[in-house]
Amino acid sequence: MSGGQPRDEHTMPAAAAKLRLAETVKEADLVIDGVTMRFETREGAVTAVDDMSFSVERGEFVSIIGPSGCGKSTVFNILGGLVRGYEGKVSVGGDLISGPHPSIGMVFQEESTFPWRTVLDNVAFPLEIKGVRKAERHERARHFIDMVGLGGFEQRYPAELSGGMRQRVAIARTLVFEPKILLMDEPFAALDEQTRLLLGDKVLKIQEELKQTTLLITHNITEAVQLSDRVIIMTFRPGKVKRIVDIRLPRPRTGDVVGSEAFGRHVAEIWNDLREEASRGMAESEAGARRGKG
Amino acid sequence: MRLPGIPPLAVGLATIGLALGTVEVLLLLGVLNQFVIPLPSAVFGSFGRLFAEEQLLERLLMTGSEALAASVLVSVVGISLGVLLYKVRILALATEPWVAAVAAAPVVLAYPLFLVIFGRSAATIIAMGFVAGLAPVILKTLEGLKGVRKSLINVGLSYNLTPSQQFWKIEFPAAIPTIFVGVRLGLVFALINLIGVEFLINFGGLGQLINDLAERYDLAGVFATIVFVILVSVVIFAGLERMERWFRPGR
Repeated sequence: MSGGQPRDEHTMPAAAAKLRLAETVKEADLVIDGVTMRFETREGAVTAVDDMSFSVERGEFVSIIGPSGCGKSTVFNILGGLVRGYEGKVSVGGDLISGPHPSIGMVFQEESTFPWRTVLDNVAFPLEIKGVRKAERHERARHFIDMVGLGGFEQRYPAELSGGMRQRVAIARTLVFEPKILLMDEPFAALDEQTRLLLGDKVLKIQEELKQTTLLITHNITEAVQLSDRVIIMTFRPGKVKRIVDIRLPRPRTGDVVGSEAFGRHVAEIWNDLREEASRGMAESEAGARRGKG
Repeated sequence: MRLPGIPPLAVGLATIGLALGTVEVLLLLGVLNQFVIPLPSAVFGSFGRLFAEEQLLERLLMTGSEALAASVLVSVVGISLGVLLYKVRILALATEPWVAAVAAAPVVLAYPLFLVIFGRSAATIIAMGFVAGLAPVILKTLEGLKGVRKSLINVGLSYNLTPSQQFWKIEFPAAIPTIFVGVRLGLVFALINLIGVEFLINFGGLGQLINDLAERYDLAGVFATIVFVILVSVVIFAGLERMERWFRPGR
């Protein structure tokens, strides 16, 4: 832990996390082992992610948190099979992945609903691709539309919905093909805090119901603590696992947990670690801006 | 500014009416020259004569069928070439500046070449319309496809879509609004050139009629035909807008 603060028994530094990885790999749905990703830039090679290892167990909700530019989204893209050329291994249920895996569903940070499709057709899209009959895919899509609380909006187009509603459409579209693992890259980043908390409640309820293994990428500490069983803290560039924090909050959870003392302790604990990384990130971007100006 | 309770169409028509009324008064007062600008009332009065004596409807059908042929060619060939340039990057890098140059060139000046190839016929007119309208459709199709949001592409990749599904289910529908901007521009260029070449080679429908009437110094008839062409254009573009909404709902 940074700053010489006492470490409690629920937290784990990166080295111990590796040991735990070896122990739990058999029950894990998602295993990331020694993943390193470098990008070539005009200034030379940049290591975005450096020797990252962790696992996510079946039915577990894990968040990855880190300052802007620490490589969180790179990790998301690697796990989703959208980028290649990294070192290390990623496996899903024991299968090494080399591209998008059918067990993984992805929810993206940016607006990703199809503007030309109604809510119903957006959500039914993965089933349409699979060749599921129209009546059946619409029935299944309706179930997940209700689950994210958008019943009654089936025939609306995304342009007629708010940002939060559109993101729920994207979540329902991912859930409809019932992936074993749900990856979410800052899905509520563009939303206001109140909507974010309410949607967090929705996500908790859905996860409670579907028992899906979920990995959330976020830069929001409150969101990470509210939703997760464990929070992985990343260092600023190159992105490494700095520490893994177990969130000891009772389940089932609701948004009410945000007011609890234990919640506040977890937030403070994570912020203690994150502050150092965020400060480094800020100092580096200011230095970059100065260099650009010079 | 919106005037409460008055529909925009009524405001638009009233503005045109006011402008025409002002021109009429200025012409009657002698401020404007009636040998250069005909009286608006005479222009509207000549419509009956144009329909009865100058076969305005038949000429409209002739220009319309030429425009339809050129539009179909412009859309089909233009969109296909745009897709080809999108798919074959080296081709796009090699030809895009040239296509952009053609879009800005006064292609109508090439009509003697087409006269030699196709003779004084509807084929020359259609070919001129086609050539003039092609470049914007190609460029906008390419721009639309290149501009598809990365997040939409990623959605397709995350579902393991085949390249064909990725194109037809995501990239093409996402590019339709920009492609339609190109089609609309292409049709404007095609229509201008169609009527221009009809005028120049004195063959065909509305363009030839404008030429005939101008040679007879029938100013009211010339202006009435021009107004008629504008009205037909408005109808065509309203239809195109409906077609776009049908192809790409939810906007």
